[in-house]
Amino acid sequence: MKFQKEKNNKSNIEEGIVKVILFIMALSSVISLGLITFFVFNEGLPFMINYGITDFIFGTTWNPTDQVYGIFPMIVGSVIVTVLAMLIGAPIGIAVAVYLVEIAPRRVAKIVKPAIQLLEGIPSVVIGLFGMVVIIDLLRRISRGPLSEYLPAGYQTGYSVLAGVLILAIMILPTIISISADSIRAVPQEYKEGSYAMGATKWQTIFRVVVPAAKSGILAAVILGVGRAIGETMAIIMVVGNSVQIPIPGWETLFAPVRTLTGNIALEMGYAGPEHRQALFATGIILFIFIIIINSLTLLLRRRRT
Amino acid sequence: MVEVKPNHLIKVKRNQVFAFTMLSLAAALTVLILLAIVIYVMSQGLSVISMEFLLDSPKSMGAEGGIYPAIVGTIYLVGLVILIAAPIGVGTAIYLNEYMPDGRFKSVLRFATELLAAIPSIVHGMFGFLFFVIALGDYTGGWSILSGALTGVVMILPIIIRASEEALRSVSNNLKEGSLALGTTRWYTIKKIVLPLAIPGITTSIILAIGRVIGETAAFLLTLGGSLLLATTVFDGARTLALHLYLVAMETGNTEMAFGTGAVLIVLILIINLAATGLFKLLVRRFSA
Repeated sequence: MKFQKEKNNKSNIEEGIVKVILFIMALSSVISLGLITFFVFNEGLPFMINYGITDFIFGTTWNPTDQVYGIFPMIVGSVIVTVLAMLIGAPIGIAVAVYLVEIAPRRVAKIVKPAIQLLEGIPSVVIGLFGMVVIIDLLRRISRGPLSEYLPAGYQTGYSVLAGVLILAIMILPTIISISADSIRAVPQEYKEGSYAMGATKWQTIFRVVVPAAKSGILAAVILGVGRAIGETMAIIMVVGNSVQIPIPGWETLFAPVRTLTGNIALEMGYAGPEHRQALFATGIILFIFIIIINSLTLLLRRRRT
Repeated sequence: MVEVKPNHLIKVKRNQVFAFTMLSLAAALTVLILLAIVIYVMSQGLSVISMEFLLDSPKSMGAEGGIYPAIVGTIYLVGLVILIAAPIGVGTAIYLNEYMPDGRFKSVLRFATELLAAIPSIVHGMFGFLFFVIALGDYTGGWSILSGALTGVVMILPIIIRASEEALRSVSNNLKEGSLALGTTRWYTIKKIVLPLAIPGITTSIILAIGRVIGETAAFLLTLGGSLLLATTVFDGARTLALHLYLVAMETGNTEMAFGTGAVLIVLILIINLAATGLFKLLVRRFSA
């Protein structure tokens, strides 16, 4: 009996130690998040306040050598590229998700699914390199050929909003497809059966019953896609030209070279002096705020669903 | 009684055919884009790849020579990231799933994990630069593999946590309760019952995390230092293959060499994806038998 008791004690001690260790590990994500927030804000916020928040956000000139730091052109760049990429990527992504879950024969789904997984795994610099060579070349030919009369010289290099949009649309596809597919799959079978029982065709059922029922999940997919697009850095730097300017409004915008918020940070951090670096961290804060807003939206959506 | 016009039925049928065609085209387009990228990069890159390319040091900033230091840098970095992130991530998942009661604190932890996953990698990089490279520079060696790896750990923790939680959740409660009813401790049950059944899912998540580290560039641009020299310790600066590709393409303009590195990356990602699915099946068979 004594032996038994000792053994119990030992396993109780082990249990206690393990529990404490696991608890500390579980705090890792909160601690990391706290550290990231603290360091980024601590470095960027005092600068932003000193410089003037409105001057910083709405200033149209970015010239670190003269201590002028206005990031409005980068905000415009990020927003244009993201919105247009969503306009292309979201419908295609949702369509593929519907196809995969509702229509695709099993054999076809077996090819498409791993393909999407692979697309998600391809490093962004590889997609960027592809864009830098193939898409830029194509756009350069178009803008220097048939469109050369209508475009300013600076808009004819191929490095442009449109190149960024195409690359981003490709990169957000896997995110949108996999999350929308999950929510479409979660629509109860009874809904569909009810619709069929009313004599609806398969397409009517998908369009009028399944997709509306999966609406909030699809919306969440799109919102996460926006987050992904606005945060993408490397592939974008490689194709958008990175010049700090607000594009001419109109269709010409598509061919304008722009710089994004992420690009601004990645391109200049390497050689930035102290004040310049603080301005870049302030840029990071703006990016951070975008992401927090986007993620709170998905949280709200989920609350409403349950 | 609603009268249904015969034309209406034909129209409905036609709509369906049209819609299904469009949806299939969207799926075909996605696969075609993938194929276009993979085939183009491979066709441009394979001619560059040779034993010398893989085992030589780069010359003139990477515009000539090989990629050996980048391969070594990638291996060091991936190894170190996984060594640190896998235990912490799996541990977190175990605690969240097996020990922690539902409640406010748990949702806070979950939300923090989600937000951590949503933070753009360039912001992770900025943080890593300020914290690991500068603030802790005396211990990490400044721009170094260690600084990059710690940044990478923060970045991939959410991926491992989420996937491991899913794997743990899939273990049936009956088995756990049966084991606990025999008078075992919770940890014993986890060790002997839960973990073995969750191992296939956990392994897959770790392999996918490796893929993510290999493909990541922005975070490492600000923390690894981009050194072209061969790293010997984790305190040395280095560059990964992805970072090498970026720097070669942007700084030297030699896209041919960049495609060579791109082809190596695609082969690696292919292997990782195949390994993830293959290993999953193998482990499921092994551990459920």
